[in-house]
Amino acid sequence: MNYKVDKTIDCTGLSCPLPSVKTTLALEHMEVGQVIEVLTDDPVSKRDLPVWAQSTGNELLGIEEDNKVIKIYLRKAE
Amino acid sequence: MTEQTKNKGSVTIVLFSGDMDKAIATFVIATAAASMGMKVTIFFTFWGLNVIKKEGGLIKGQNWMQKMLNIMNYGHAKKLAISKMNMFGMGPAMLKTMMSHKKVPSLQEFISIAHSLGVKFYPCEMSMTVMGLKKEDFIDECEDVIGAVSYLSIAKETTINLFI
Repeated sequence: MNYKVDKTIDCTGLSCPLPSVKTTLALEHMEVGQVIEVLTDDPVSKRDLPVWAQSTGNELLGIEEDNKVIKIYLRKAE
Repeated sequence: MTEQTKNKGSVTIVLFSGDMDKAIATFVIATAAASMGMKVTIFFTFWGLNVIKKEGGLIKGQNWMQKMLNIMNYGHAKKLAISKMNMFGMGPAMLKTMMSHKKVPSLQEFISIAHSLGVKFYPCEMSMTVMGLKKEDFIDECEDVIGAVSYLSIAKETTINLFI
């Protein structure tokens, strides 16, 4: 992992569509180029958040899985 | 419409039903679409108006028929029936418990999330006139009261149109 995480949001226990909603709301208070780490245990979000990133233009940096927790890294675009 | 909204698409939903389950489905789609940067508009008509009614105020309307309709059709975001297995209110109560166990937001929470994401709520003018309801009977999140023509002028520009 060669990027600095600027903010982490914990979406564990939350179901669709809350992880993408919370990510959107968190990104509103972040600068362009900053990196957000989204923690989720919802398998749907693992598929949905990359689609969300593609559709909003934010960059998907990577997905890591640690036991049940899925960590998704995104970089804010303009 | 700006170039950006065109690329990301937009959604209009007509919420005709006043059932809690259908209203939740509406708000799941609306909030997901808004999080994707889509412009979202929900047009509440007929029974769907119950979803955005303020709590309280049982007797509304000008004549006895409107008053009776509003008493029998009493409801707001916290008090709505479900479309199947309502069982005199036991169904909705159980569904709410099951949803909170799974951390799914309640309808009121969905309304405030949708509002903070910029989803626009429009009550339908014609149904309001028929039922004898006024703008003050609805929650403050609502935009102006609009008619079918204004709804269609928004809908014809959008990429996704749903009737629930």
